[in-house]
Amino acid sequence: MRKLVFGASALAGLLLAGTAVQAQEITVGFVTSLSGPASSIGINYEKGMNAAYAYKADVGGVKIKLIKLDDGSDPSQATKNARKLVEQDKVDVMIGTSSAPGTNAMLTVANELKVPFIAVSPVSVPLPKEGHPWGISMVQTPPLMVKVIADRMKREGIKSVGYIGFSDSWGDLVYNGAKAAEQNGGPAVLTNERYARTDTSVTAQALKVVAAKPEGFLDGGSATQAALPLLELRKLGFKGPFFGTPSLLNRDFVRIGGKAAEGTQVSAGPVVVTSQLPNDHFSKKIGTAFHETFQKVNGGEADDGFSGYAFDGWVVFLEAAKTAMTKAKPGTPDFREALMEAIYSSKDVAGVHAVYNFTPKSYYGVDERSLVVVKLVDGKWVYQP
Amino acid sequence: MNAQIAAILTLDGIASGAIYVLIAIGFVLIFAVTRIIFVPFGDITAFTALTLASLENKHLPGTVGMVAVLAAMATLMEIFSLWRKGTLGRVPRALLFYLILPLIPAGVVWLTAGTLLPTALRILLTVAVILPIPPLLNRIVYQPIADATVLLLLIVSVALHFAMSGLGLLFFGPEGVRTQGFVDYTAIIAGTPVSGQAILILGSAIFFSFLLYLFFSFTLTGKALHATALNRTGARLMGIRPQQACTIAFLLGALLAAISGILIAPVNTIFYDSGFLIGLKSFVGAIIGGMVSFPVTAIGSMLVGILESFAAFLSSPFKDVIVFSILIPVLLWRSYTLVHAEDEDEE
Repeated sequence: MRKLVFGASALAGLLLAGTAVQAQEITVGFVTSLSGPASSIGINYEKGMNAAYAYKADVGGVKIKLIKLDDGSDPSQATKNARKLVEQDKVDVMIGTSSAPGTNAMLTVANELKVPFIAVSPVSVPLPKEGHPWGISMVQTPPLMVKVIADRMKREGIKSVGYIGFSDSWGDLVYNGAKAAEQNGGPAVLTNERYARTDTSVTAQALKVVAAKPEGFLDGGSATQAALPLLELRKLGFKGPFFGTPSLLNRDFVRIGGKAAEGTQVSAGPVVVTSQLPNDHFSKKIGTAFHETFQKVNGGEADDGFSGYAFDGWVVFLEAAKTAMTKAKPGTPDFREALMEAIYSSKDVAGVHAVYNFTPKSYYGVDERSLVVVKLVDGKWVYQP
Repeated sequence: MNAQIAAILTLDGIASGAIYVLIAIGFVLIFAVTRIIFVPFGDITAFTALTLASLENKHLPGTVGMVAVLAAMATLMEIFSLWRKGTLGRVPRALLFYLILPLIPAGVVWLTAGTLLPTALRILLTVAVILPIPPLLNRIVYQPIADATVLLLLIVSVALHFAMSGLGLLFFGPEGVRTQGFVDYTAIIAGTPVSGQAILILGSAIFFSFLLYLFFSFTLTGKALHATALNRTGARLMGIRPQQACTIAFLLGALLAAISGILIAPVNTIFYDSGFLIGLKSFVGAIIGGMVSFPVTAIGSMLVGILESFAAFLSSPFKDVIVFSILIPVLLWRSYTLVHAEDEDEE
């Protein structure tokens, strides 16, 4: 039996090698924002992609050629880049980009020109009416982020939470997520207070939360300014625990939040706490490999969640390319079709963030395994099983 | 809402109102003397906070580069215009005022970057670095169009604001900062906690308003400025140089912006673009004062702060809508009760 398996795999290897001689290489186009306002995230994607390329740059002996472009945080430049990649460089797959509008723009191009597109940001383009969509998004959806943390509140016996969030679509997403969780037996959301990133004070909103006497507090802000309600609530003597979403995983949030933010629990992609995960966790092995390669290539720790999305996009692509290589030659429309089919047929692909199962019915392919709960202890995020 | 909540809200409103008072007085001051609505005022406030935070984190603040570039531009423009006028003999004086003086504090910051100076010295340096920016902007942007209409000056100001906030992103990056508090003291007044920082803000607002009052009433420069504000042509006939008056007005405005920036830095996280909204709310206060009256401006700005605080409690998503919609009754009231200042526009 063993011999047979060996023989079969050797034969497969030979066959693959055979095709490899014919096909020159697979071309991947990667777009991110290295300049402009989205570059603070975009640079992380770039580093993640560098690590991914260093991790594995061939499929079954066929080399992968990576073309990287900067979109300057501009959606119209992202569109131009996508068209250039497809029409001039004849890429087999595109990966991008750091801003949601730019990503949507690229997805529209991908659907039109029928090129597989792996998004590393959220997308909100309607699914095409005919045929399957040509894109997938690697990220966890906001409702899922809130659901995981709401489940944790429920487990800790918290029956009601106060809410202060941004007065933009992010604030709405988190609030709606919390309301949906409330319908499913999660904690009751007592307040819906809002503030803007440039506001000078949230004292009034915090007072309202304190007056509603919730047991806990859910933070619907993002990045540095998410610390503002926490500081204010502690100042007003609120004693309950704080909860949040992955958008609080930010060095400046920890710096500014200081003592007030201590003990805050947020849902997060497992990649931010790889070293603390149990050995049997799906993300342990590949996550460790990712962190090691990242450090070697970029120097410094991968302490952001974003570089992991780029890496996972690469992993999903590698997995699908393996299958697609057996069906068609890279650089042809057939190969693109085969690659997209292979992405949909691959089951339980483990990445550093999640276990991916994509279907043509949605752009997203992650489940609750893609989020763990972490707690801020002494300025460090600690895994909470 | 009970009495204690109302008290906390009022205090919070007074603290932010005091910041608005300082900026609104600056608005009125600059407008009265130069007819310019200096929209980038809030940006200067934000840059002060960001500069102070950079010094605290032992980084070289981006303002140093900004001052250097502005000073070089202003000097070139000044020398060019002196050459056109054939008065090259005044070049050394121009070099002193437009190049050397602004660069001294910037140079000191540049040399001491990386060492943590005592808090008082840090604040002093920050103010010194910020001070030359508005007068230099005045030389570069406004002086060549000093005789333009108020509307044109306003449009240029708006453009300048966008340029400034773009530069802010370039020099300070997208992340927000917050400095350490100056005072770690909380007083309990009638069962309501009052933070030392709020007292400091209010005290500074009163102190600097009083100082300005003294300046305008008892010094010759102050009186000259006041005269320019009342009647430019008349003041000119009396031998007051309008360009100099403009520069002094911008310098005073810069001082007010810098002080408010220093006061706000420990209270809230400041981003490169935070200044605009602060400036806009102060502007509402200045409008209540009709862009002429300092005492009414101060009261109006206080009102804006308190209203904002209560609006945020009653309906936080509509807070800014409520604050800005008081402009409508105020403008109606002003246009019914006040004589139009049309004779000023006709100049």
